Amino acid sequence: MKIVFKNINKPEQYKIENYIKNGGYQALPKALKDYSPDQVIEVVKKSGLRGRGGAGFPAGVKWSFVPKSIAKPKYLCVNADESEPGTFKDREIMEKDPHLMIEGAIIASYAIQAHICFVYIRGEFTLCARRVEQAIKEAYAKGFLGKNILGSGFDLEMMVFRGAGAYICGEETALLDSLEGKRGLARVKPPFPAVEGLYKCPTVVNNVETLANVPDIILNGAEWFASIGTAKSTGTKLFSLSGHINKPGNYELVMGTPLRHLIYDLGGGIKGGRKFKAAFPGGPSVPLLIEKHLDTPLDFESLQQAGSMLGSGAVIVMDESTCMVEATRILIWFFRHESCGKCTPCREGTMWLHQVLDRIEHGKGRMEDIDLLLRISDNIGSKTICALGDAAIVPVVSSIQYFREEYEYHVKHKSCLTHTVAPFN
Amino acid sequence: MWLQLLAALTLFWEKLTAKMQKTISPKIHKFTLSEVSQRQILQEKSKYPHPKTAILPGLHIAYRESGYLSPEVLKDVAILLEFPYTEVSEVASFYTMFPKHKVGKYFIQICTNISCYLCGANGLLEYLQQKLGIKVGEVTPDGLFSLGTVECLGSCDTAPVIQINNQDFSENLTREKIDQILEKLRSQK
Repeated sequence: MKIVFKNINKPEQYKIENYIKNGGYQALPKALKDYSPDQVIEVVKKSGLRGRGGAGFPAGVKWSFVPKSIAKPKYLCVNADESEPGTFKDREIMEKDPHLMIEGAIIASYAIQAHICFVYIRGEFTLCARRVEQAIKEAYAKGFLGKNILGSGFDLEMMVFRGAGAYICGEETALLDSLEGKRGLARVKPPFPAVEGLYKCPTVVNNVETLANVPDIILNGAEWFASIGTAKSTGTKLFSLSGHINKPGNYELVMGTPLRHLIYDLGGGIKGGRKFKAAFPGGPSVPLLIEKHLDTPLDFESLQQAGSMLGSGAVIVMDESTCMVEATRILIWFFRHESCGKCTPCREGTMWLHQVLDRIEHGKGRMEDIDLLLRISDNIGSKTICALGDAAIVPVVSSIQYFREEYEYHVKHKSCLTHTVAPFN
Repeated sequence: MWLQLLAALTLFWEKLTAKMQKTISPKIHKFTLSEVSQRQILQEKSKYPHPKTAILPGLHIAYRESGYLSPEVLKDVAILLEFPYTEVSEVASFYTMFPKHKVGKYFIQICTNISCYLCGANGLLEYLQQKLGIKVGEVTPDGLFSLGTVECLGSCDTAPVIQINNQDFSENLTREKIDQILEKLRSQK
């Protein structure tokens, strides 16, 4: 069952004529002619579509928060700042099927009555930016963008805006600051962007994959989409499989597919036939899963029950040779580096986490450092403006929870319990 | 009454000088960026609902030409977009994609985040350092290459990965592929 990836491998699908040939731009006229903006929101609400960027907030509900009677302009921002380690699904959509995202974004803009739409693409994705820019040009030429789209009276301007290497700009309020020409710092919520976002105007920020689901929901109906997956996690989800795996890549799975199926059947199992040790099921911002969790269905609720989260869908697989202390140190360095520095617990806390982990990894740790790590984490969690602080402590807390003995071994023996550095040949 | 007159005169003088600064300074300023880039940056000015949004696109254009953002280049962007220098340099300093110091003609960035690490990024980094005879943050004596590390590039299925001059990725790297890439870049010079 494929929705977002149904045409992904068709030749030159990124060109508008091929997108149209394969059934594209049929949802847009339907939305504009058959539905009022409110009806579009209702359909998406009923479909149960939840945000695919990490938080999993219902997309239709988010759209309905935009005040209707307000005189200010409204904006849609496509969050294409895909930076969560291990995630590369939006990149594939934008490189191979950008019109799917664009069609979804036009429909979403119509629903919230936005007349300007920004596509915020992370700076490193140069091919994505080229493809999306070209696709936008093609859409203008065919009358899907611009003034009076398909004679409906609805106007929409769409433009690409490139980030420049800041992970935090994937956080929706930091993305807005970045778009306003400032440093990308997270904002205190409320006010939420739907009420006061870009240039203090109502703004919706949606992930690329979320929007790529919208055309099919409009075409096939809310009931059709809601019938796929589980009751509360409807539809499909893209999973970016990477790490110690034989066949890494993006896989579109119906919500609720077990992790084991993804790793062993689709991903071809662990490299070199080694044993599975742990995996982040939704990027390193969500807690680890270990062997006993292999049969966990991949959907919002089941992963929460297993003590983790669906996150961005980046499944990073680690085999038995991985040193969890070193893996955690690498991730904490990442969060330390990417903390925007606006609030103290995150800015200072991630620095301390990294320094303590660094000394444990290099054989200078003390036994009490392990609990110190947990204490620092406790002083960051839920005490920061945005979710980066909460995300940063996740690898630390969950690796200590499942692999405390590795930390103790490091302190006692000043070396790794299992470490085999991956070869580069 | 004298005081009021003085206040009015001061205000007038301030407005006049501010206007003069705005209109005159671009003329007396010696631009580092080429005229093509200057024109492109000016085009960005009116593209967005708020002029400040143009700063980041302006920096992209400046970076594309100069390869790094020196204070002189930042000054160019500030004058073209009519923002104070500090506002532009504050933004530039936040975004790690733009080097602020001179780098080699080919700036090679190695992804060292988790998925690439699991697939041999450490070995790749060592190999590149050894091949080029420089460490991360350094430039080769001929000015051709410099090395840097970068966080997850979003190409984890093709790890390990490098990006050269913030352009397209080189993926699924092996020693042999690195040799070929370096040879190709050297022959291009």
